[in-house]
Amino acid sequence: MSELINSSLRQLSAALAAKKVSAVELATLFLDRIDKFNPALNAFITLDRDKTLAQAQAADEKLRVGAGDTAISPLTGIPLGHKDIFCTKGWRTSCGSQMLANFVSPYDANVVEKLAGAGMVTLGKLNMDEFAMGSSNETSYFGPVKNPWDVSRVPGGSSGGSAAAIAARLTPAATGTDTGGSIRQPAALCGLTGLKPTYGVVSRYGMIAFASSLDQGGPMAKSAEDCALLLNAMAGFDPRDSTSLERPAEDYGRDLEKPLAGLKIGLPKEFFGAGMDDDVRAAVDAALAEYRKLGATTVEVQLPNSGLSVPAYYVIAPAEASSNLSRFDGVRYGYRAPEYDDLTEMYSRSRAQGFGAEVKRRILIGTYVLSHGYYDAYYLQAQKIRRLIAADFVEAFKECDVIMGPTSPSVAFAFGAKSADPVQMYLSDIYTISTNLAGLPGMSLPCGFGANNMPVGLQIIGNWFGEAKMLNVAHQYQKATDWHTRMPEGVK
Amino acid sequence: MSLNLEDVARIARLARIELSAAERETTRDQLNDILGFIEQLQAVDTTGIEPMAHAVDVVQRLRPDVVTETDRRADFQAVAPETEAGLYLVPRVVE
Amino acid sequence: MSRTTQWEVVIGLETHAQLQTKSKIFSGSSIAFGAEPNVQASAVDIALPGVLPVLNREAVVCAIKFGLAVGAKITPRSVFARKNYFYPDLPKGYQISQFEIPVVLGGGLAIRVGAGETATEKFVNLTRAHLEEDAGKSLHEDFHGRTGIDLNRAGTPLLEIVTEPEMRSSAEAVAYAKALHALVQWIGICDGNMQEGSFRCDANVSVRRPGEPLGTRREIKNLNSFRFMQQAIDFEVQWQINEIEEGRAIQQATVLFDPDTGETRSMRTKEDAHDYRYFPDPDLLPLEIRADWIAEVKSGLPELPQAMKARFETDYGLSSYDAETLTTTRAASKFFEDTVAATGKDSAKLCANWVTGELAAHLNKTDMPIEASPVSAAQIAGIIRRIADNTISNKIARDVFEALWAGDGTDADAVIEANGWKQITDTDAIEALVDEVLAANQKSVEEYRAGKEKAFNALVGQAMKATRGKANPQQVTDLLKKKLGG
Repeated sequence: MSELINSSLRQLSAALAAKKVSAVELATLFLDRIDKFNPALNAFITLDRDKTLAQAQAADEKLRVGAGDTAISPLTGIPLGHKDIFCTKGWRTSCGSQMLANFVSPYDANVVEKLAGAGMVTLGKLNMDEFAMGSSNETSYFGPVKNPWDVSRVPGGSSGGSAAAIAARLTPAATGTDTGGSIRQPAALCGLTGLKPTYGVVSRYGMIAFASSLDQGGPMAKSAEDCALLLNAMAGFDPRDSTSLERPAEDYGRDLEKPLAGLKIGLPKEFFGAGMDDDVRAAVDAALAEYRKLGATTVEVQLPNSGLSVPAYYVIAPAEASSNLSRFDGVRYGYRAPEYDDLTEMYSRSRAQGFGAEVKRRILIGTYVLSHGYYDAYYLQAQKIRRLIAADFVEAFKECDVIMGPTSPSVAFAFGAKSADPVQMYLSDIYTISTNLAGLPGMSLPCGFGANNMPVGLQIIGNWFGEAKMLNVAHQYQKATDWHTRMPEGVK
Repeated sequence: MSLNLEDVARIARLARIELSAAERETTRDQLNDILGFIEQLQAVDTTGIEPMAHAVDVVQRLRPDVVTETDRRADFQAVAPETEAGLYLVPRVVE
Repeated sequence: MSRTTQWEVVIGLETHAQLQTKSKIFSGSSIAFGAEPNVQASAVDIALPGVLPVLNREAVVCAIKFGLAVGAKITPRSVFARKNYFYPDLPKGYQISQFEIPVVLGGGLAIRVGAGETATEKFVNLTRAHLEEDAGKSLHEDFHGRTGIDLNRAGTPLLEIVTEPEMRSSAEAVAYAKALHALVQWIGICDGNMQEGSFRCDANVSVRRPGEPLGTRREIKNLNSFRFMQQAIDFEVQWQINEIEEGRAIQQATVLFDPDTGETRSMRTKEDAHDYRYFPDPDLLPLEIRADWIAEVKSGLPELPQAMKARFETDYGLSSYDAETLTTTRAASKFFEDTVAATGKDSAKLCANWVTGELAAHLNKTDMPIEASPVSAAQIAGIIRRIADNTISNKIARDVFEALWAGDGTDADAVIEANGWKQITDTDAIEALVDEVLAANQKSVEEYRAGKEKAFNALVGQAMKATRGKANPQQVTDLLKKKLGG
């Protein structure tokens, strides 16, 4: 039974179908592990065993009566955790903030609805950087998440709870969101596989907005194969999201088994220059060597404007965030300051007390760059540079099928190492941000270990709507290597 | 471009975030660090470049004019800080 | 020199017309008026975390209709923007509106200022019209010193229509507002109900000495009646002139009109000079309106009042005044055309007289819209047919109308029949009557012959009385003249 914690989703699905294990047993297995290991990791911040087991029972019922039924999906009965940015009806949805520490959502996010519709069982809600603003999970109101590979180090962020929970085998799968690298960077730092789809593939309805033109939900799991299954259930047109794209349904796993002979991998020279740690470089180089063995060729490509992606991002994302977070005013839900003399004071105190330091910093930057007299110089200029960055990718993809490079310039760093210097922290996302600006899909998969035996992530950037190709490329690597099967010692 | 304490106070007021005098100083320093970092954007020649507001180049999809929502006031107000007679209550607004 | 020649008044109007859709502009909530607080406030309307807006197609159709009706440019790709500010009736902390690229650009409205002979025509140019969402309502009473927020109205679709600062008096402003009010109802995009706030105007008012640059303006908010608009602008203009003449500069401000005092006063809030931080809403993609869509909307648009007025003048030979009056509302024009259809074009002028005369007077007296008239177009046509064929006189016709108004009788012929009001046209019968009258009123006959013209009228009156009004007055007059003269 306990060997199931390392099983792939397909193996779990087979075990459930064969009645070797029930959904209730599977949920219980993970809930028990959560009880045991979560206190040290702080990955889950909301649990409700009764609700979870009720969902598992319903899944068992579906599996019992509906074998061969269309109501049964390959995910029916498989547990997962939701990043606490996704609204889940009847569950607290805090977004890692004191502002929403008492907010029980009256509705389900589209992603939650879809995964529940596929029969998945919710184990609980996962910790995250407050309002997804952070790269280390140190900004959560509920305290930092610890990296299961070394609890003195950060798990990455903002989907740090999702990453740590999967790495520690507290859940086989989780949802994440990625605005500037928030799926890929924690996946890299915790030794997992995570995928950020093309903008518009996964509905943002019910996903609490950070930067609307960049936010995209996606799956996090141990392998590309698992991510493909999850993405099949998460993706799809949603009429409640105006930016959701109307496209024919896809099987994202359709190309998993395609051989890689002839694959052209683009290596942006800007991703391999100074700034990347040697241990990361070594692991990425080794992975590229593996790909060449698999029949791929590598070609140098240019992303000349990618160096501007972080500063452009730190104009656009805070600008959108400053407006998106205005709804948190203590009037209709959320935190309201206990003492105030008038309306303005109620607003400014509720927001001063309800938001943490990083969130406030970004709201203030965003307010400033949109304010009168500065809009053209900052916001409009950043939007123009955004177009240049996207255009670079169009050119690069004329030369290659996928782009590869490191996900993060370093392995997981120690708590406090960057939290005093916001700009240093922002540079953690230097390799991931440009894909969000361009709306491209990106992935991170484990490709070895660096200093202090911490995992290193390889980033794959696909062309627009190239999810199936990316998953194919990742899966073939994972068939040839076993980095993605490694598990931290401390949670065995 | 460098912000002074008055700028910080003005921005904080616009954003409705109360800052103590001490917070205003640290905020000024941190915001100036960040602004210094994003200053490099100014050096780029973007003449003739169309701003990119959305990650995808598609147009607005429209919804048919149909009433689809029902009364969920009780659910929604269950999480409200202060309500009375179906209204959300706030400190008196003076016009 | 009088004050009015020393000062030029400059007025621009911004009108919020609530669009006649079933659901809100960005959510599927009903916009029906008068519901219990917050029961028509969905997750999107109260801005729960994670919710997103989706644009109502019908709201866009309304904007296209308006653009076509005022001869404006319909923007092929317009953009929704966020206007950021904090207010408790604004749940998201921003209003979704259009800023740099609105859906409608330019266009204008012909207005008539004043009435009768002294009326003047003017064309008011529009700057733009854009789609946006309404805010909720703040209720200040009965909550122990706190304000209650009702978000039913939040998200109601509005078309904000902005003029150039081209009006030069309160009368012009009111004439424009009335013309716009009529137009939006005419094309069916707004119910025009000012009491319920479906049509609200803000007036930007400034004064200057002729030839000088524009003065500093003050914006009078939320004028919800034409009378208040006139009063508020007149007061504001005088106030500004006084201020300047007493050496004080006008400060840009938002003011409210108090109907009780007839004065405008500056609003207390909004201390941080509006910095709305407009930027394109990342949740909403560009709104594309293609030529084929515009053509489709155009084909469904009713004949516009200007065109219809011109047609009434040429086709029916109506006076400009009658044509204008009959094209004030679509219902009036329809009533008129239904009447003409039943009487034939030859009686068109008579129809116009009846609809703008007897019928309008009765409707006014009882404050009734023409749609609710108890006398139908077919019934009025019935009366007019009988006038035209000399069955009844105009006087009897009014009695027939009264009877139909009161619900006595189904049509003119039945009323005439039931009351024996058929006009006597038989010459012999009338001659006999006239003879009787002359015989019975020798005194009047003598007086007339002695040169007293008044006596003749008395004889006509007696003759009409004898026929209980049923004789043709012209015939009676002719006969009397013949007999007295002969």
